[in-house]
Amino acid sequence: MKTRILGFVALAAVIGAAVNGLFVVPADLNQGDAQRIMYVHVASAWIAYASFGVTALAGLGYLIRRDLRLDALALAGAEVGVMFTAFAIWGGMMWGRPVWGVYWQWEDPRLTTTALLLALYIGYLLLRRLTDDPARRAARAAVVGLIAAVDIPIVHFSVLWWRGLHQGPTIGDPSKILNPSAPLQFVLALLAMLAAFTLVWAYLLIRRYQLARLEWQLEEDARRGLVQTARLALPGAAAAEEPAR
Amino acid sequence: MTSAGFVLAAYGVILGGMGLYAALLARRLRIARDTVRRNNVDLPE
Repeated sequence: MKTRILGFVALAAVIGAAVNGLFVVPADLNQGDAQRIMYVHVASAWIAYASFGVTALAGLGYLIRRDLRLDALALAGAEVGVMFTAFAIWGGMMWGRPVWGVYWQWEDPRLTTTALLLALYIGYLLLRRLTDDPARRAARAAVVGLIAAVDIPIVHFSVLWWRGLHQGPTIGDPSKILNPSAPLQFVLALLAMLAAFTLVWAYLLIRRYQLARLEWQLEEDARRGLVQTARLALPGAAAAEEPAR
Repeated sequence: MTSAGFVLAAYGVILGGMGLYAALLARRLRIARDTVRRNNVDLPE
């Protein structure tokens, strides 16, 4: 019930932040309306970082405590993170075309390392399908999740370490937190969108975690031979159990 | 495409994608819960 309330609050927050970003905050002097994409693009990227951070920490926790609930949390973080990374890339492409003149440029370090991040976590999700043994799957996934997390700071600092098309951080740079390179109204709209996306993220993470626990329970049921469909698939066996007349 | 078109495409896919994922997740959860419940009801003697 609490999760359902969180879902409604998140929905209202996203609608409010989107209306603010699209209609209330003025357009940028140089980029025009295209700059409005920044609110969903940057918020998606930050949420993706947080998701993969959860996956890495939950994976580390699993390796230490061997608790499958932590593996379920790691899975939830990875799946939700893949979605938000894809959104960040999509938003960036839609922003890049009118501003840079191109949707994508492989020479740009931020774009390429973000594409690598997406590929790494899709690989993480695929790896999980290679074995039915929950403990083995969780251990392998935890190791891969930790290795893949190395790319998160590389993505974030790539705009500072290398030159490319992508602009530098607006407020993510420690020196710009109190002196952002964007007008305060834009920064507040971005923070509002980030808060709304964080609520959505929390809701989706909880739901995906609940689903992961249920999937694990279904695997356990199937392993113990309790699934009714297994009996129904063998009608001859059921008939043989009936006494002869 | 105009700037407004790119803005619409970005917001539409991102917000619509979140809504679609939430709906699919709710459906998967409902099916999984029903299956778990059915398995527990149909336990063999």
